[in-house]
Amino acid sequence: MVGASAAAALAAAPNGARADVNPAGTDRPVMAKVSLTVNGQRRDLDLDTRTSLLDAAREHLHLTGSKKGCDHGQCGACTMIVDGRRINSCLTLAVMHQGSEITTIEGLGQPENLHPMQAAFIKHDGYQCGYCTPGQICSGVAVLAEIKAGIPSHVTADLDGPMEATPSEIRERMSGNICRCGAYSNIVEAMTEVAGKQA
Amino acid sequence: MKSFTYERPSSPAAAAASVVATPNAKFIAGGTNLLDLMKLQIETPAHLVDVNGLGLDTIEPTEDGGLRVGALVRNTDLAADARIRKDYAVLSRALLAGASGQLRNKATTAGNLLQRTRCPYFFDTAQACNKRQPGSGCSALDGVSRQLAVIGASQACIATYPGDMAVAMRVLDATVETVDAKGTERKIPMAEFHRLPGDRPEIDTTLKPGELITAVTLPKPVAGTHIYRKVRDRASYAYALVSVAAILGKDGSGHVAFGGVAPRPWRVEAAEADLPKGAKAVTDTVFAGAEPTPANAYKLKLAERTLTAALNQARA
Repeated sequence: MVGASAAAALAAAPNGARADVNPAGTDRPVMAKVSLTVNGQRRDLDLDTRTSLLDAAREHLHLTGSKKGCDHGQCGACTMIVDGRRINSCLTLAVMHQGSEITTIEGLGQPENLHPMQAAFIKHDGYQCGYCTPGQICSGVAVLAEIKAGIPSHVTADLDGPMEATPSEIRERMSGNICRCGAYSNIVEAMTEVAGKQA
Repeated sequence: MKSFTYERPSSPAAAAASVVATPNAKFIAGGTNLLDLMKLQIETPAHLVDVNGLGLDTIEPTEDGGLRVGALVRNTDLAADARIRKDYAVLSRALLAGASGQLRNKATTAGNLLQRTRCPYFFDTAQACNKRQPGSGCSALDGVSRQLAVIGASQACIATYPGDMAVAMRVLDATVETVDAKGTERKIPMAEFHRLPGDRPEIDTTLKPGELITAVTLPKPVAGTHIYRKVRDRASYAYALVSVAAILGKDGSGHVAFGGVAPRPWRVEAAEADLPKGAKAVTDTVFAGAEPTPANAYKLKLAERTLTAALNQARA
């Protein structure tokens, strides 16, 4: 199923490259089909190839939880969990994610059924304006999973030693998520609490 | 961003053939550098060849006791691989010192080698930059150059190679493996992979048009303390002002390469015999002929002191 739609997506693009009316290199769109699984639901889209995964979610699927901060991978507000890994959704094309499993903040939890990390951010005041918060929470959930999986970080003293969600590990691993309100210390507290409950 | 057509090829050679056959085509893997530059219209490919589906994502032992790292192994997976952590810790440490967790999850081994400079004049399309627009000049020469190269540069370009991973691969004597459109394979030593700018700064590497990186091979492990020491403007998620990748014995003997100082990872093997004498003996040779600007001359002292710190770490 996935293979069939991948082939369809491909047929649309390279054939266009050889046509006289090829818009590539101009401001006119080249369209392609892509199927994504977003928060457990299969979504079929026909997109301008330039569409980032972030814009696909926000503008086409109307999942506006993920935020566009810098749009250059520097701030982390767009962080999503894709095939189990956190990434900057602004720095990847939707068409590159045929068949991918994508979790956005909307998929982590809802007001009536909060993810433990969302509840901890509320309890510890891990935000002020809230703009970076969906990215912080997606990143925070993935960071704890990375520590659990034994993936080391720059501040891990022993590359082969056991890994713990210490404040210094959390700070280093969260450095790709900027908070201009400066809620960092409360974010560390929220993540520390969730890590403690998981342990 | 300019529009582009998009395809997923079926094999590495087919990917190379497509890039050769299609005008203004580029490979895309992690995309974290290329898409950033496309948004700024510094890169304007008309066709993208997505290599993510080609496999090339495993780390396998080689016959001579080393490891062959597939081009599409993500930075996170390479840094976390048990064999890399145990036998090539300088590489793990270099990867973990670079970028953010989100970027390392996407960025690939081959793409990291091909990342373009972070020179502010390369990014600012209102400024002259010979690397971005050949023949336009170099605004960095009389500009803000504290981050830029002190050695290996030219009057056309004083940009640095920005990465960390390649500095570790240089000290490890890694080899880049490629395939071209005809299916011909080639091996390029890391020492010859990145080129100096001369009067053609727009060409970063010795890859031929359409040549696709398939793997990076590491020789058998080198004993010693593996160290990657990076000095930067903030504690995390910043490019190196100076970095040192070193494999050192307790007596200080070993191997060292420097990052953040030149258009490519900077290693002078002839200086390494002086490592037991201390950092200054080494950096005097490694940086002989350096032509820093007043704004980045501090890097010469910083390189010496960073190497001193690495030597102290190895002796401890």
